[in-house]
Amino acid sequence: MTVNETLAQASNAMVYGAITVFTGSMVAFSISLAKGRRLEALETSAQRTTASHQVRMGSTETLIKPAVSTSVSVDGGRGEGRRAGNIGMALTWLGTILLGLAITFRGLSVGRWPLGNMYEFSLAAGFAVSLVYCVMSLTRDLRWLGLFITIPVLLNLGSAITVLYAESAQLVPALNSYWLLIHVAAATVCIGAFTVGAALSGLYLVAQAAEDRVTNGLAPGRSAAIAQRVPAADRLDLLAYRIHAFMFPIWTFAVIAGAIWAEAAWGRYWGWDPKETWAFITWVFYAAYLHARATVGWRGRKAAYIALAGYGAIIFNYFIVNIYVQGLHSYSGL
Amino acid sequence: METLRWLWRQLTSMRIALILLFLLALASVPGSIFPQRGTSPLRVNEFLKDNPTSGPILDRLYMFDVFASPWFASIYLLLFISLMGCVLPRAVEHYKEMRGLPPEAPRNLSRLPVHLQWNSNSAADQVIKETQIAWSKRGWRVRTGDDWVSAEKGYSRETGNLLFHLSLLVLLIAVGVGGIAGFRGNVIVREGSGFANNVTQYDTFTSGRSYSADKLPPISFKLENFISSFQRGGQQNGAPREFYADLLVKDDPSAEPREFRVEVNHPLRTAGITVYLVGHGYAPEFTIRDATGNVLWQDAAVFLPQDAGFTSSGVVKIPDTVPQLGLQGYFLPTVSADFSNGPISEFPAADDPGVYISAWQGDLGLDSGMPQSVYRLDTKNMERIGIEELAPGETWTLPNSGMTVEFTGYRQWATFAITRDPAKGWALGAAISSIVGLSLSLLIPRRRAWLRVTPAAGGGNLFEVAGLSKTEAPGLADEISHLANLVNTKKEN
Ligand code: HEM
Repeated sequence: MTVNETLAQASNAMVYGAITVFTGSMVAFSISLAKGRRLEALETSAQRTTASHQVRMGSTETLIKPAVSTSVSVDGGRGEGRRAGNIGMALTWLGTILLGLAITFRGLSVGRWPLGNMYEFSLAAGFAVSLVYCVMSLTRDLRWLGLFITIPVLLNLGSAITVLYAESAQLVPALNSYWLLIHVAAATVCIGAFTVGAALSGLYLVAQAAEDRVTNGLAPGRSAAIAQRVPAADRLDLLAYRIHAFMFPIWTFAVIAGAIWAEAAWGRYWGWDPKETWAFITWVFYAAYLHARATVGWRGRKAAYIALAGYGAIIFNYFIVNIYVQGLHSYSGL
Repeated sequence: METLRWLWRQLTSMRIALILLFLLALASVPGSIFPQRGTSPLRVNEFLKDNPTSGPILDRLYMFDVFASPWFASIYLLLFISLMGCVLPRAVEHYKEMRGLPPEAPRNLSRLPVHLQWNSNSAADQVIKETQIAWSKRGWRVRTGDDWVSAEKGYSRETGNLLFHLSLLVLLIAVGVGGIAGFRGNVIVREGSGFANNVTQYDTFTSGRSYSADKLPPISFKLENFISSFQRGGQQNGAPREFYADLLVKDDPSAEPREFRVEVNHPLRTAGITVYLVGHGYAPEFTIRDATGNVLWQDAAVFLPQDAGFTSSGVVKIPDTVPQLGLQGYFLPTVSADFSNGPISEFPAADDPGVYISAWQGDLGLDSGMPQSVYRLDTKNMERIGIEELAPGETWTLPNSGMTVEFTGYRQWATFAITRDPAKGWALGAAISSIVGLSLSLLIPRRRAWLRVTPAAGGGNLFEVAGLSKTEAPGLADEISHLANLVNTKKEN
């Protein structure tokens, strides 16, 4: 099987195109945030939960007192801010499509699934992040989150084309397995969603800090600059939880698919290879996050730190273990 | 007694489980930083040699056997006990709940997160009866009183949660049993040679406590042919592309031999054991003759690859001559023109093979009683008598003895890992049921809903519907308002 150079080059061109477009959307999202409406004062969760909302539903009058506030409309404001947010969103879609095409061409150029080395994983992970974000934005207004998504996507793509770049080529035999495809595809989707989750947990910590200051009668402080432009802390926390809870079974599946593949390739389903160890650590952190959310005294801020630690383990596993630690997973292509 | 009970309560609390989870994560970190005996014993020895002071201390702390260390075991045993103590009572509780009915409706429904109310002249008992039927049809478990309906949904969330935690227990047990009742061995087989499943034939062999090596199933196979190919040109020049081993397998001594191709990701599974292809290399063939032309030694010697180009090093020991003779050197599948960095192969495929060997005379040290590596020459009591570079078919006449070394060609060899893990299927089953349990437990919303009817001050009845979510799933308000629409009351006026 030879490599189709035209397609390989088209793929590279698409990657550069995606980077350009995502840079545009990052700029648009920052303008949107900067010009967006600033809430006059931060409402704290306590204030919100005591205020109940009257909502009409069909013919009956419904009184809803949500445990957490329902969608607070923080839409990047009106006028310029709003327009910039819309441009950012449209560019993010375009960038996602370009990246999807880049990955498709890459696969076609070698006639195999494009998940064979770190460069290809990075493209796929960047695609997963922006796709998860775009899909989530279909059902809710997430323009306020855009900046915090395009920055990691750009960092990732930047490192992919500079440090991790590998020419189109065939696979080493160990990677020649459909379990690999399933394992890597599931893990990539999880990494994408966990990136969005980490952005939300991080924003939650900032917003909570500002709200706590308000609750304690202090000025909102520097964190307010961000907190005033994103939804309330409890809502960020809930959204982060939903992503993590939804992805955790898929992450579990990704780890198990890896074990099935390891059984077929190396003769054991689990051997504490460094890569496996860090996948386990990641899994334990996210399991601990879910437990912490159900444990008095741990929910809220501590839980968010655990989620971020889980994400840290993912990043460590990808960049440090792949590149610096010796193990069986030495196919980074570097 | 009191303290014991207190300890038990602590141990089975979520908080301690949480802390144990963290400890487990923390405890596995050194296992990924330091080389581990289980997977790379050679690198452990290297590390100990390079760090003569810190090495032994780390060793005593089990830093090179993290996953077999007492402290790692104690963390997961505690977690295991915590899990049992937590899951079993919950399972009993849940079983009772599953068989029972939801609790009675609370007095004051207006305090609940979702609450709707309206007035109607409909009679309470009729509406309650109809509501019971309508809500049951939508999958709610319903209990009624004189003037209330209480309903609950999403029991499979808890079922899933218990299934998940129980699966973890089964998985832990399966991992343990696999270690105790299984074995793992490695063997190098050259093309044209065979292997019979017998402990003495293995290069390395480790078995669990309850597995005795005489239970090894009597399979055998011959390596007919080994094929490897490598990327040519481009950035990944020399990267492996394909390799496979064609075997002639006898599943038991009386069976007809059958052909089987073992590939990476495609092992041979037979008689409860699995045969994996895990490595390969070259074995140069030599014929060594004495001065009169009698053959002293004729075989293919396994040389171990040292780098990506498959520069392979190895030795041949001839103990029957006086003084004894040893050859030590390199096999290069593709000899490079440039020897300035020593003998290094340019490419892993055998495009232009050659050997680069030195000959030693003296005492091989085989009688010292110390076990000796077959890949290393102990040259302490030997003297080098020459160095030569040979292409296939070339013969080297050794100085001052008249002995000749002919490099006749090469064969390939393959390393096979042969394993048995009788609990593998259990582990897989537990893994699958853990995902099923997790998905149920995280995605199914558990909710309660109520209807309460009270006589209104101005005649007629006040109908109240309320709902509560025990989880953080979205959509409670929609669901409750839908239930309210199923309550069939005539509108007032
Ligand atoms: C290997 C260790 C464990 C893992 C990976 C694990 C995982 C999980 C997960 C993913 C959930 C779902 C969380 C949710 O529904 O929000 C959960 C729930 C739960 N786990 Fe564990 N668990 C472990 C050990 C334990 C132990 C040792 C206990 C008992 C002390 C325990 C008690 C619970 C309880 C009570 C819940 C229910 C929380 C709820 O309803 O939200 N878990 N566990």
